[in-house]
Amino acid sequence: MTAPADGERPLLAVEDLRTYFLGTPGPVRSVDGVSFELNSGSTLGIVGESGSGKSVLCRSIMGLLPRQGVERGGRVLFKGADTSNLTEAQRRALWGREMSMVFQDPMTSLNPVMIIGKQITESLRLHLGLSKDESRKAAIDLLSSVGIPEPDRRFSEFPHQLSGGMRQRVTIAIALACQPSLLFADEPTTALDVTVQAQILDLLSAEQQERHMGMILVSHDLGVVAGHTDEVAVMYAGKIVEKAPTARLFSSMRMPYTEALFNSMPRLEDESHRRLAAIKGRPPSLVDLPRGCSFAPRCPYAQARCLEEEPQLRTDEKNPEHSFACWYPVDGPKSARSVPRNAPESVEA
Amino acid sequence: MLVALMTDNGEGHLRQGEVLLRVTHLVVEYPSAGGGRVHAVSDVSIDLVEGETLGLVGESGCGKSTLGRAILQLPRPKSGSVIFDDLDLTHLRGKQLRRIRQKVQIIFQDPISSLNPRHRIFDIVADPLRMWRTGTKAEIAAKVRQVLQDVGLDPDAVGRRRPFELSGGQCQRVCIARALIQEPKVLVCDEPVSSLDVSVQAQVLNLLEDMKLRYGLTLLFIAHDLAVVKSISDRVAVMYLGKLCEVSSADDLYRRPAHPYTRALLRAIPIPDPAHKQSIEGVITGELPSPVSPPSGCRFRTRCPRADEICAAEEPPMRELADGHHVACHHPLWDGTGAAEPATSVAVPQGGGELTCGGS
Repeated sequence: MTAPADGERPLLAVEDLRTYFLGTPGPVRSVDGVSFELNSGSTLGIVGESGSGKSVLCRSIMGLLPRQGVERGGRVLFKGADTSNLTEAQRRALWGREMSMVFQDPMTSLNPVMIIGKQITESLRLHLGLSKDESRKAAIDLLSSVGIPEPDRRFSEFPHQLSGGMRQRVTIAIALACQPSLLFADEPTTALDVTVQAQILDLLSAEQQERHMGMILVSHDLGVVAGHTDEVAVMYAGKIVEKAPTARLFSSMRMPYTEALFNSMPRLEDESHRRLAAIKGRPPSLVDLPRGCSFAPRCPYAQARCLEEEPQLRTDEKNPEHSFACWYPVDGPKSARSVPRNAPESVEA
Repeated sequence: MLVALMTDNGEGHLRQGEVLLRVTHLVVEYPSAGGGRVHAVSDVSIDLVEGETLGLVGESGCGKSTLGRAILQLPRPKSGSVIFDDLDLTHLRGKQLRRIRQKVQIIFQDPISSLNPRHRIFDIVADPLRMWRTGTKAEIAAKVRQVLQDVGLDPDAVGRRRPFELSGGQCQRVCIARALIQEPKVLVCDEPVSSLDVSVQAQVLNLLEDMKLRYGLTLLFIAHDLAVVKSISDRVAVMYLGKLCEVSSADDLYRRPAHPYTRALLRAIPIPDPAHKQSIEGVITGELPSPVSPPSGCRFRTRCPRADEICAAEEPPMRELADGHHVACHHPLWDGTGAAEPATSVAVPQGGGELTCGGS
């Protein structure tokens, strides 16, 4: 969406990233060959069901996973530099300063025995070397910029004195404190009420634009990503199965999984008691993935080939920004509501 | 107000004639840490006609779950009555109450923690029958198998497993089976799909619709997600801070919300269409006030764009704006005289189109 700030280099480039958790009976392939790029000032949405690898992907990029028991592969280039082999100390210099994360549950991601002001000034003093007074002033400014009333008083309150929405605003203030260039928002509104969710999403979008950050917004809700991202990647069983600019994805989705996810949502404009198009079955085990396409056992359009050969993420010939991993892609949400077809639409070499 | 003021004692939306369950003037309070009282449910009346689904929506902390549980006398309400089968449940004790609970069952939000982790699925579902000694061992076994099949589980595959071996969606099916085995008349569903993925959520919602028909159930469906509630309900009641704001048929409520809070809830729902621009008008800011000291008059007034002096002074009565559409508001978004504001209906994007049935 936005051109890279410095030359042609994207802010973040992820190349064939793999994260396997070792265990018996075999490794859990949580992230299995994911590649994408993200530019400054743009937002990538990642959607998928629980267990599809969305959160593990974010944590792998940030380097938040334990060293032991995890097998890694691929590269993460942040501002052109490979971060795969950084030491702990080098990573610490990045966390908070260059990349930070807003977690799902604001109840558990704050320290319950530390006043919220201190939790914000911590990184300001460490990374930016501000004095006590300077950091206090900066923290109060941050609290007021994320919409917390009476920031002076709130500064010295503990997390339990705040509501869920206010706590999530505090975690956003912490994440933004050192002006990072990359922000991960991992299901930032899942624990919140719908009216508060709208406020928090708008806040994140406004801060992202104002600070020209790159943002990765993870959600299981297609409605959340629709209004707040430039590009969307759909994940299933550890892989990206479709990726496109947001408007394009919603107007002409090609991957049957995206369509199934979209169709299974209850909608306001539908009459009540309309039968929902549920996806049959459940996501496969990441230890023992089915042969061929991982979605094939649940896919209404699956053919013999889908059960044998795994489709790779490929680019749509007419729309180079749109890619999907499917042998028999669908045409878009409208035509796709017709009966599942039986004939392959276009078979390529 | 030009409308014929159907002022009443907060029961204007209750229907005459045969109802299966009638809850009137229910009050539930909890002691709070500071010595005050949490006004969880304040004078709420609802009724359920046999075979219908009433949706109950609101933000967390509005008292919707407390209301659902208080119907089963868990906890006991402070005052008010719950009439089911000509009996006032608030007066029942001990075995009498437990017997009624066979007919009024509940399923909870977190399916995994509402099943005993050390029991096998077969025993979990069979327990209610064993407790009441209904039938022989073989009869009970046959019935458990039947119910498990009805909720879409293979009795041979899951019967001997324990809850941790099942997914969240499967556990919710077990909870539904456990409730259904006693052949209840009323099923209270307390956020049954909020902890499930969207694909599994659709499966469970479809299952509830099927079971409602097969077992002749009447549902009280509690949820915070309006799209989910609309999809399953005949009527919807919107709750805010322990009070009802609006009660109407599901389709009418979404077509023309009358309470500013209902409109705000509808507007806040993220629409899966990038072309849809969220309307700024009617969006509310801030959060739910404390239920320990709720605002005077209308409880929504502190967040309401239309609030004025009368809202602080007087509590708005529940009145009928149109046939079956009731609202408790001094300044509703439209009134029954036809001088409505047409722009208040919620804009929905096109493309919702012809959804074919789930082919599972």
